[in-house]
Amino acid sequence: MTDAAAPAPRRRPLALRHPSAVVFLALLALFTVGVTLLAEGMGTGAISTSFVKTLGKTLCLCLVALAMDLVWGYCGILSLGHMAFFGIGGYAIGMWLMYARTEIIVVQSLAAQPLPPTPDEIADGIAGQIFGVVGASEFPPIWAFAHSLPLQLAAVVLVPGLLALVFGWLAFRSRVTGVYLSILTQAMTLALALYLFQNDSGLRGNNGLSGLQNLPGLDHVPQATVSLWFFWASAAALALGYLLCLRVVSGKFGSVIRAIRDDEARVRFLGYPVETYKLVVFTLTAVIAGIAGALYYPQAGIVNPAEIAPIASIYLAVWVAIGGRGRLYGAVIGAAAVSLLSTWFTGGQAPDLHLFGVTLRWVDWWTVLLGLSFVAVTLLAPKGLGGLVDLIAARRPPERHGADLGPDQGALREREADR
Amino acid sequence: MSALLEVSGVSVSFDGFRAIDNLTFAIGAAELRAVIGPNGAGKTTFMDIVTGKTRPDRGRVVWGETSRDLTALSESRIAQLGIGRKFQRPTVFEDQSVADNLMLALKKDRGPLAVLAFRPSAADRARIADLADEIGLAGALDRKAGELSHGQKQWLEIGMLLAQDPRLLLVDEPAAGMTPAERAHTADLLIEAARTRAVVVVEHDMEFVRRLGCRVTVLHEGSVLAEGSIDRVTSDARVIEVYLGR
Amino acid sequence: MLRLIGPLCALALALAATVQTAAAQDADAPIQRLLQEHGAAIEKSARRSIGPAIDALAESGLADARAALEAWRSKEMWRAADGGLFVRAEEVDRDTLRLFDLAGGAALGEAPDDGFVQIKPNSGIRGMIAAALVRFQLTDPEAAVRATALDAIERDPEAAHLTALRTALAVESDPALAMRAGRLERLLTVRFAADPAERIAAIEGFAGDLGVDLRAALTPLTATAQEAAAALPAGADVARRLTPGDRDLSAADAYGLLVARGLAPAPVPAEARRTALIDHIADGAVGGVRLAALSDQGARDLAYAALAAEGRVPPAPTEAEIAARLAAHVFWERFTGAPPEVARAALAVLDGIEAKLAVNRAADLALDAVSLASIYFLAAIGLAITFGVMGVINMAHGEFIMMGAYTGFVVQQAVPDYTLSLVLAIPAAFAVTFLAGVALERLVIRWLYRRPLETLLATFGVSIALQQLAKNIFGTQARPLTAPGWLDGALVVNDVVAISYIRIAIFVLAAVFLALFLAVMTRTRLGLEVRAVTQNPRMAASMGIDPDRINMLTFGLGSGIAGIAGVAIGLYAKVTSEMGADYIVQSFMTVVVGGVGSIWGTLLGASLVGGLQKVIEVLNPSNTLAAQTYMILFVILFIQVRPRGLIALKGRAAEA
Repeated sequence: MTDAAAPAPRRRPLALRHPSAVVFLALLALFTVGVTLLAEGMGTGAISTSFVKTLGKTLCLCLVALAMDLVWGYCGILSLGHMAFFGIGGYAIGMWLMYARTEIIVVQSLAAQPLPPTPDEIADGIAGQIFGVVGASEFPPIWAFAHSLPLQLAAVVLVPGLLALVFGWLAFRSRVTGVYLSILTQAMTLALALYLFQNDSGLRGNNGLSGLQNLPGLDHVPQATVSLWFFWASAAALALGYLLCLRVVSGKFGSVIRAIRDDEARVRFLGYPVETYKLVVFTLTAVIAGIAGALYYPQAGIVNPAEIAPIASIYLAVWVAIGGRGRLYGAVIGAAAVSLLSTWFTGGQAPDLHLFGVTLRWVDWWTVLLGLSFVAVTLLAPKGLGGLVDLIAARRPPERHGADLGPDQGALREREADR
Repeated sequence: MSALLEVSGVSVSFDGFRAIDNLTFAIGAAELRAVIGPNGAGKTTFMDIVTGKTRPDRGRVVWGETSRDLTALSESRIAQLGIGRKFQRPTVFEDQSVADNLMLALKKDRGPLAVLAFRPSAADRARIADLADEIGLAGALDRKAGELSHGQKQWLEIGMLLAQDPRLLLVDEPAAGMTPAERAHTADLLIEAARTRAVVVVEHDMEFVRRLGCRVTVLHEGSVLAEGSIDRVTSDARVIEVYLGR
Repeated sequence: MLRLIGPLCALALALAATVQTAAAQDADAPIQRLLQEHGAAIEKSARRSIGPAIDALAESGLADARAALEAWRSKEMWRAADGGLFVRAEEVDRDTLRLFDLAGGAALGEAPDDGFVQIKPNSGIRGMIAAALVRFQLTDPEAAVRATALDAIERDPEAAHLTALRTALAVESDPALAMRAGRLERLLTVRFAADPAERIAAIEGFAGDLGVDLRAALTPLTATAQEAAAALPAGADVARRLTPGDRDLSAADAYGLLVARGLAPAPVPAEARRTALIDHIADGAVGGVRLAALSDQGARDLAYAALAAEGRVPPAPTEAEIAARLAAHVFWERFTGAPPEVARAALAVLDGIEAKLAVNRAADLALDAVSLASIYFLAAIGLAITFGVMGVINMAHGEFIMMGAYTGFVVQQAVPDYTLSLVLAIPAAFAVTFLAGVALERLVIRWLYRRPLETLLATFGVSIALQQLAKNIFGTQARPLTAPGWLDGALVVNDVVAISYIRIAIFVLAAVFLALFLAVMTRTRLGLEVRAVTQNPRMAASMGIDPDRINMLTFGLGSGIAGIAGVAIGLYAKVTSEMGADYIVQSFMTVVVGGVGSIWGTLLGASLVGGLQKVIEVLNPSNTLAAQTYMILFVILFIQVRPRGLIALKGRAAEA
């Protein structure tokens, strides 16, 4: 962006080169302002606090969907582990929230005692409060930094990043690709979830971390206001995340990772260290996912190992596929549409369906419908909801799948066929 | 003349089948070489070994003035050292424009950070325009590579190889599926390229090989059967026996 | 009127009866004399004091002792009021007894019960009587009674049984019982014989025996107690020296031992010190330390020390004092269960047994691993086939397993005979899942060949739909799939090695499928074509093989086997809508570890994954979740070494 000095390149600003980004950011801003004005926290109350939270959470899901789109839609790595990074982000921030809040409560209760409490007594009190449910009363080593917000914020970025770095290094180094890689990421996610399910994992087993909606020291601020804070933060994170992803996928880097997606062996013979690129993208998206999780779980109030189970990551892939992968706004549309619909249908708000004297309850049948519609989207509309935008824009990029690409149907399809 | 690439005593086997058996091969810094041989002689495996796709069981592949052993390096490192490869079937990135394809191949720092910070300079754009001219795709720079015809893809791939500016070019059956006029053009292009760099051409078509007018290496069952001018090789009794027939 | 007459009549009758009985009963019979001697204790029937009475009866050698004990135990012994004679009596009705002489057993006629006191031994005493009776039963002419007696001794052995057992052993005629009695006699010798040499000989005679009863007999002999002293007393018999801080003696426990031996002052618990501090708060300070400064443990210790110095609280030993005292004493263990030489012999034999046990446990573990591997093999083989032949990962594979299990459940609802329903369920499950597989292939997968990642996602959509569908139809609670009776129980090799018949059946099923599959692949046209398509689909197509048909059949076959795996899994685990998801990852791991495109690879993969999981479970028995975690980590690392699995296709086939 700083090469204005060079005479020849007639590069237009980022905004003009990517009109969709401008539209997206404008819509996001409009949406944020609109929700803010209508929210309970501002006194109007047309939108309840819990719905503001739902919308804020949805924005976080959109952010992690962006990360998924970057790693899958652009780089071709179908990771079934990004919701695990998302969950880790939630755990990282949740540890501080829970520790700090419990500390306040414990200090208050100990202050009533005749003797001023020692640090050990405070620590024991907090540990007893937090780990009583799993029958422990001491802090596991994993909580060493829980007292410090900056350190736990660093953990939000570092833990998913390092995990992705180590796992990715192992996986990419041994040239695991395609479905093999997906299965391996799924296994990683499962291993993590199973580990967290144990009571002696140090993270309260299947109870998870709870009470995260209460900000320590801010008990006097009503949830209506807190929910708006998080909503704004989520919107800002989504906007920044979008710009970051845009920066990554446009330009030569984007060109390289899309080339890796389509034919990684060829990219290797061009001299690009494919494994390093994959590792960069995998780690970067893991970090984005971790940040999204750190914003999501304080709004959800609770994080537990079930949130990390492989199924969550697969749903993430479903959102991106339904939204349309390989385009950033597609991921956002998919995550927003499917997660909001899911909330609506499984929340019991949807009216029951009466068919031929049989009552179908959406709570029971929504998942069936989702599964089948997902099959339908994969089969019939591989471009997803984002493909609709193409119809509106009447811009038709060449069909990569299905269309006849030439006498031998194109090298890419040949290669895929041989697999 | 010191060799640019020296393959010595290389063997590799797949499930007990010896694809390459004690192969020794050398090529100079500015030399054109044709490699012929019957199916299964190990021509493609030979290229796989040089480019790092296949690791040999034994032997050394020594590169350049610094005498680096290529067998320990990754494909991308080998490519960065200056070995370019053209596959039998055209493999271009169909989802990206011709200009993007060429830009990918352009000889630049390949590291992720450098690539992320990369902005094409005026010189880069000019180089790509020149290359597009050379391969006859000047008017198609903004088209997606997937929309090109088979022949155009072949040319695009050759253009990408030239953009890489390699010191050694490995070309697998470049003339396959081309019209006689295109073959002539291709042969000229390879001869031209070999003035400044080493070029190894694997080819079945003896007419095309004859047109190249260079030293010929005949592979059979994974090792060198004969080497020399096209006339000497085609009159060799053993070559006739295993390859040319009668 | 009647109310008055009733008791009167009864009294008259009772008097008459008493007189009559006394006349007929021999008050001087030895058994009666013995009973009278312990009369007070017997009538009181307190567990604590009854022992001598029972022993006296049992060891009297009187012919009538057994009958007396049996009458006592079955609450049929009564005593005439006011310390009269003991009789055996049966209740004729609520008020009337039929009396028998305890000596000889002669009938004495009937009498109202008012004049008698029933001896009511509680269950504890009845147990003691039963134990005493054992010696009589051991020589009973009925073999069944003798066996019961042996059971009783095994359950609750006593020193007294040893002599009885030896006596009985000399005359035992039944060889099986003689063997049992012989073993029991040796076990009792180990525990109760008076002569240590005899015990040691018996212990050493058992070397290498794996019986649980032997370990139960030996372990108490090796019991130890911890001791502490300033110096090791001369002649002390030390089983083992201990150092405070060891695994078996924490520093706190060691100090507690010193306190208990009076070798050190009792520590004051932190809570007590805190309370003491609170009790002595005066003018915002304790022991000269300001209250505000007491948020520090060091300051609190100082304050407490100051109070102690003033004598207002008991002194508390400091950490340093505790450490010094621990250092100044020696700690050791001494044997309490048996004389040291006996205990050492028992330890030696136990060690030997432990080594042999380890071998047997390993064998048991191997059997467990084999059965787990069979299950993984059954679950994974279908997946491996479809992946190998078509390059397609079927995420709905787990749901096919579930579908097979539910098919078995439905069949079992329709056909109540478990054997017949199992015989029907296997082909039914195969048919249902075969059809489901073919339908999935025709409707979905066919359109997605060459796009493996999208196949993965589309089949995932099918998977969540099927899972929810099963939930909607069958509910969320687990459904049982009951195995036929002949599959109950286990094949017991010894006390350690045992394997349940269901697991054997699953193993056999897996073996049958391996054989069947190999036969299909190597001996039939279909197998040839499948192998051709696996190795080179384009070539196969140009040879006139219809890959569409092969893909469809292969997919159906793989799915059908998943259905059968579902029945097998359902037999020993519960059938739920989520059971597929529980096995899918293990199946994937099996395929990844084994390598694609080879049935032997799948077999190896299943063995490795199953074996490893069992081994990890043994190393960390409390936690099966952790076992799975470590197993997955292992697979991720394994991929580093063999990215293409144990059995990998090499060369051109793999490069394609």
